[in-house]
Amino acid sequence: MEFLEIFLSANFWAASLRIATPLIFGTLGALICERAGVLNLGIEGIFTAGAMSGWLAVWLGAGLIGGLLVAMVVGALIGLIHGILTVPLGLSQHVSGIGVTLLATSVAYFTYRTTLPDVTSPPRIEPFRPLDIPILSDLPFIGPALFQQTFMTYLAIALVFIVGWVLARTPLGLAIRAVGDNPASVDSQGMSVYGLRIGAVMVGSSIMALGGAFLTMAAFDAFFFGMVNGRGWICIALTVFASWRPRKALLGALLFGAFEAYQVRLQTEVGSFVPGEVFLMAPYVLSIIALIVAARSADYPRALLVPWFKGQR
Amino acid sequence: MVKNLSMNITRRTLLAGAAGTAAMSVLPTWAVAGDLSVAAIYTLPVEQQWIGRIHKALNAATGISYEYSENVSNTDYERVMREYAEKGVKLIVGEAFSVETGARKVAADYPDVAMLLGSSFGPEAPNFSVFDNFIHEPSYLTGMIAGAETKSNLIGMVGGFAIPEVNRLMHAFMAGALSVNADVKFLVTFINSWYDPPKAKESAFAMIDKGADVMYAERFGVSDAAQERGIKAIGNVIDTASDYPGTILASAIWHMEPTVNAAIAAVKGGTFTAEDYGIYSYMQHGGGSVIFDETLVPAEMVAQVTAKEAAIKDGSFVVEIDNEEPVSS
Repeated sequence: MEFLEIFLSANFWAASLRIATPLIFGTLGALICERAGVLNLGIEGIFTAGAMSGWLAVWLGAGLIGGLLVAMVVGALIGLIHGILTVPLGLSQHVSGIGVTLLATSVAYFTYRTTLPDVTSPPRIEPFRPLDIPILSDLPFIGPALFQQTFMTYLAIALVFIVGWVLARTPLGLAIRAVGDNPASVDSQGMSVYGLRIGAVMVGSSIMALGGAFLTMAAFDAFFFGMVNGRGWICIALTVFASWRPRKALLGALLFGAFEAYQVRLQTEVGSFVPGEVFLMAPYVLSIIALIVAARSADYPRALLVPWFKGQR
Repeated sequence: MVKNLSMNITRRTLLAGAAGTAAMSVLPTWAVAGDLSVAAIYTLPVEQQWIGRIHKALNAATGISYEYSENVSNTDYERVMREYAEKGVKLIVGEAFSVETGARKVAADYPDVAMLLGSSFGPEAPNFSVFDNFIHEPSYLTGMIAGAETKSNLIGMVGGFAIPEVNRLMHAFMAGALSVNADVKFLVTFINSWYDPPKAKESAFAMIDKGADVMYAERFGVSDAAQERGIKAIGNVIDTASDYPGTILASAIWHMEPTVNAAIAAVKGGTFTAEDYGIYSYMQHGGGSVIFDETLVPAEMVAQVTAKEAAIKDGSFVVEIDNEEPVSS
């Protein structure tokens, strides 16, 4: 059976991990924002801005790590806009998020075009290359499947555990979770609800921006308008699938990556009698099914989408 | 959803900087007396291969004043067409693929404005002319090179959308490959996006994993995968060989200049009518050409391809046009 043989190929697992990487960043970022009670639909725009700014910074000579930092700062600044609109001003998080996506996408494109007004194809940078880890990369099967990824994939996985540890085990994590569940209790402890929420949105947004930067600095080596192609929205769904838990977010992203890697391989197997669109649709359909199963028992942050104003009951 | 933002950046607004969008409506038209004012409306940035060819041809055209709007979303397309028509533009160039009904309606409302739009359908009197990248002939020739090159007899093809303008190039390419190598098989996938290089690259990796050793690079990203895995690729529409040294065997190049120049001459001469300009993309008119890397393609293959090219040009060989969706064999 060719259908099952696909799973025996190390390249399939490597592809799943590659495809999952931007989703891991995006879902982690969305999860941090939502844990603090703020839905961040600016994600698609933040992805685009991160993809553009990181790549542009590298092209201008900032170096790869410099590019990542620039992307993170840009993400945090966009997060600040969303934070101010939704936290102290208490505006609709949905509307503000969509607005931020539109703004960030447009500004990213505007910056791109004003910097490079007359190009026939965008300039290429030297992107992150797959790392060769001694011993691990040379293991049979496991090596090519898991240990020949770029630095950013390992960064994404490390962040899963760091974010998980901070949220679950530190006073800061407790405060973030509390502000998303019961902001009044945080306020009564003398902590700033606004500060915590805006801070969480900024940090979450900077991690989202890394997801975008992965596309232009590791998965590919140039920025194309529209290349984010809905990846941000998938992260919003994955966050619910993960019930706001970082390790489940990693699992969800990997599952989606595997669906996607599987469908491109399956398409050439049975493409002659099943229309290609069925396969392109499959990861999304499977995600929706997974979401239905997972979201029934979802434990929402109780104050998600609920603005809080000091002194108001 | 919201990813396809409309940002109408013309050269003028760029010069005007941030104030550009506001200034757009008040600045006078730049048309110099005697120059024909031409406007182009693109649904993607000018970096996109297909659009880039039109943009290049219009930039090179003489005796016109050229302005353009890029990245116009389909839902906004009619509005931008009307704006240019109201402004007194004489020739509008663009793409009607996703807005066939709307674009034709606008054309009918402005019968004095010449329209030259990329379309999968026919022309419509009095002023709606159509064109497309009919480079199936050079695609056939690049197919011959690919068919001779492949050792695994497996060629991978990654396309954007399965629409006629993509399908017929793929079919011509496949026919060319089969004409020199009857054993060759094809892997075909579509990514349903014009502009997602990471996804195109993943699709290409999947094919290379399956044993494809020549890739037909219809999209950005495919040649990258080929280069990373050390196999060969065939370019399409534009020449990207310098970006991937040692990877691109040959490319089927589209030249929009004959189409644009014919339309401009017709408008200037007052003879513009609704016509199918597709023919101007044929090799005979200089609308298509094949280029190859002579360090990678064996000399006898070059000779064979050149002979076939001559036969296409003098009409003794006709490359069949097949608009059906290609499938893996």
